[in-house]
Amino acid sequence: MNCGTDPARLKIAGMSSDRIIQIERDILGRNNTMAADNRARFLADDLLVFNLVSSPGAGKTSLLVRAISELKKSRPVGVIEGDQQTSNDAERVRATGVPAVQINTGKGCHLDAAMVGEAYRRLPPLKDGILFIENVGNLVCPAAFDLGEACKIVVLSTTEGEDKPLKYPDMFAASALMLINKIDLAPVLDFDPAQTIEYARRVNPKIEVLTVSARNGEGFAAFYAWIRKQAAHQKRRA
Amino acid sequence: MHEMALCQGIIEIVEEEARRRSFSKVRTVCLEIGALSHAAPEAMKFCFEAAAAQTIADGAVLEIEKLPGLAWCMACSRSVEIGQRAEPCPCCGSYQLHVTAGEEMRVKQLEVD
Repeated sequence: MNCGTDPARLKIAGMSSDRIIQIERDILGRNNTMAADNRARFLADDLLVFNLVSSPGAGKTSLLVRAISELKKSRPVGVIEGDQQTSNDAERVRATGVPAVQINTGKGCHLDAAMVGEAYRRLPPLKDGILFIENVGNLVCPAAFDLGEACKIVVLSTTEGEDKPLKYPDMFAASALMLINKIDLAPVLDFDPAQTIEYARRVNPKIEVLTVSARNGEGFAAFYAWIRKQAAHQKRRA
Repeated sequence: MHEMALCQGIIEIVEEEARRRSFSKVRTVCLEIGALSHAAPEAMKFCFEAAAAQTIADGAVLEIEKLPGLAWCMACSRSVEIGQRAEPCPCCGSYQLHVTAGEEMRVKQLEVD
């Protein structure tokens, strides 16, 4: 028997063949559970994990290659690379002697926690080290997917213009650190770092900012100091 | 287009609920989507139809309830509503806002047979 709906479209329980089921479940619940599993595993391995995000061509891989060449001198370092296609980036990382696993997402526009959990199993032990996850170059989709990282680092290059944080706010809201890369080109481009920082803090008042050049190494000492601070912070929380 | 991945997540939730509560047809899927969330309602509707095809939710109507974006303004110490990120406090114009609600992306309820 179907008694239909009342004017408020309220269904009467037991009086209709239709049922209303309240479920209240997070759409990203499955990813978030897997991200929590990853995070627990990373903490158990004393591993500091960063999720690098940016638009394509901001210089994530160049930045990473320079940073890991230095960081590997003092601790184990590993890299998980995400791209739609090719293993070019993993090969660039491996050329430094640092182990890297390439994930190809095919038509996918972001990494998810399951992909990262699987890739992590294929890396050698990195106890007490640092894992960098280089996400797919995309300033939109990766913002939604927690991978189990300690935090997201968004890379913005001076060639992209000052207003990226306003155009793609979700990513800047989700990140703890903004690295302004290609700072050596700023004078040629009339790029205004102060304006970029002001825009980023409209979206995320707490975001930290460093200016770097992956090409000439400018600003990397401050980046390493920031990483050491994060490592100390994680140890205190553990 | 992460909305496709989100819609596949919705279908997984619906199929799990169908196994647990034994229903065989879904008429309506009702979502709660916050104004500051990662989901664009129009893109969700577009992707849902494709994600639902040949599943238990094939042909189901997707209803979206929009939830407001709320933030605590650190400058004027009050809770304010904002329509999107990078918007200033409507009371004092400050950008010193701490988002407190509006990031939700939930399957709220299902209407099933």
